[in-house]
Amino acid sequence: MSERLKVRKTYKLYIGGKFPRSESGRTDLVDGDNVARASRKDARDAVVAARKAQPGWAGATAYNRGQILYRAAEMLEARRAEFKHLGVSGEEVSASTDRLVWYAGWADKLAQVTGNANPVAGPFFNLSAPEPTGVVGVIAPPSLLGLVSVVAPAIVTGNTVVVISTGPQVAITLAETWATSDLPGGVVNILTGDPAEVAPWLASHDDVNALDLTAVADAALAADLEREAAGTLKRVLRPAGAEADFTTDPGLRPMTALLETKTVWHPKGF
Amino acid sequence: MHGLPGVDKVGVEARAAALSTRSIKTTSKAAAIDLAIRMVDLTTLEGADTTGKVRALAAKALRPDPADPSCPPVAAVCVYPAMVPAVAEVLRGSGVHLASVATAFPSGQAPLEVKLADTRDAVAAGADEIDMVISRGAFLSGDYRHVYDEIVAVKEACGPAHLKVILETGELGTYDNVRRASWLAMWAGADFIKTSTGKVPVAATLPVTLVMLEAVRDFRAQTGRQVGVKPAGGIRTTKDAIKYLVTVAETAGDDWLSPDWFRFGASSLLNDLLMQRTKLTTGHYAGPDYFTLD
Repeated sequence: MSERLKVRKTYKLYIGGKFPRSESGRTDLVDGDNVARASRKDARDAVVAARKAQPGWAGATAYNRGQILYRAAEMLEARRAEFKHLGVSGEEVSASTDRLVWYAGWADKLAQVTGNANPVAGPFFNLSAPEPTGVVGVIAPPSLLGLVSVVAPAIVTGNTVVVISTGPQVAITLAETWATSDLPGGVVNILTGDPAEVAPWLASHDDVNALDLTAVADAALAADLEREAAGTLKRVLRPAGAEADFTTDPGLRPMTALLETKTVWHPKGF
Repeated sequence: MHGLPGVDKVGVEARAAALSTRSIKTTSKAAAIDLAIRMVDLTTLEGADTTGKVRALAAKALRPDPADPSCPPVAAVCVYPAMVPAVAEVLRGSGVHLASVATAFPSGQAPLEVKLADTRDAVAAGADEIDMVISRGAFLSGDYRHVYDEIVAVKEACGPAHLKVILETGELGTYDNVRRASWLAMWAGADFIKTSTGKVPVAATLPVTLVMLEAVRDFRAQTGRQVGVKPAGGIRTTKDAIKYLVTVAETAGDDWLSPDWFRFGASSLLNDLLMQRTKLTTGHYAGPDYFTLD
């Protein structure tokens, strides 16, 4: 019997729930794998997909978003072997799964912590409730745990994200778990390639509401991106720095950083 | 009418698909976008239209992008007859035309007297372009004479106003019928032939528009009279609009590349054109939040 042919995998982008190649047709060879190198037009398409998905995702009940994130954790747990093959340790997969479960649990509890019934002098109910910021551009760390740690807190509250990742195989394999988690297409979009090339287009994009620069190592690039983002008054999360440690308890800050507070007055007595 | 040569369905669709692949970039794209903006018939044809809404639309027609004075106005505003007086007030003296649908739009299923009265009222109220619908029922049952006479009568009722004849190609079934209806409307005196009302599921498509452009080209060659074309409905993106412009240039010729001879019946297209225009002038991607919802 002849030897079986090797099935080689091409790592493509993840946009709007699908896995397209880069519109530019470019690929990079990373550790022997072909991976897509995203262009500015892929970023544009990803923002369109994210914007389209955002109202539906934010409008889903918090309970439902929690269920879907938990489902994502189940899918991740089942892919251990594949991540091991990509060089991700079993502990890291466990930590990433646990992180997803942790954020899943927060979905329907965060409003109790960050919202409030405010006392006011007058016959009114005065209620503050958290709302998602909208479409978030994320420059993500290459590690599995790092990627989960920046994406999960953004989407659990109803934001949608466009991620630029420098760890293509891990990021796209993770995208495959999300694509099978009932996560609506467009809530998470992953572009692989060079952040210095693609990120400025997200930073200057009028239809992106926030920018997470957690994994930007180059201080000059981070400053440029922040300047671009200021043009449309985007919320900016500054780089975490080289000593960023995703293994510690993240606290609520990653979630609350991408929330707005809406306060409504409602007359009493009707 | 049946003496006209048949349309090669596969050929026309392949031709339209081939023309869609042209790459129009940088300065050509900027010129195409400005031309497309000048060709838009900004349209609102809803039962829920109010005078306030159409006035706002007319203001937008005059100055589509308030942030950029170099942005040209659109060609016309297209509304129901009842909304004409409100729009006329805003557009007076601006050079932006005022189009009104008439003749029992969108079905066309009304007696001729009603259609003529509808037309006269719209013209009297200030409309200088009338978009009429043909009786598809009569056309499809082969009663071409009836359709012809109706167009002639409406054209007369229009007086000085331009007449656009809506063929409703989505209901005509075949390209052969589209070609026949185009010629029929042109012989009857149409100043423009228009694809659709936008009220049936199949609206303007590129192959249908291609067939109509061939008809106006051949009609001018034969009679010397130039007739305009207006695709309407379903054109929502700048990319689509540019495909149409390429098709116009390649089929009818440059003479038709002007708001006097080619129009887009659209509403959401304008915002996409403005966003693309902003992208070209500022260098970064524009967002819908920065443009008015009509």
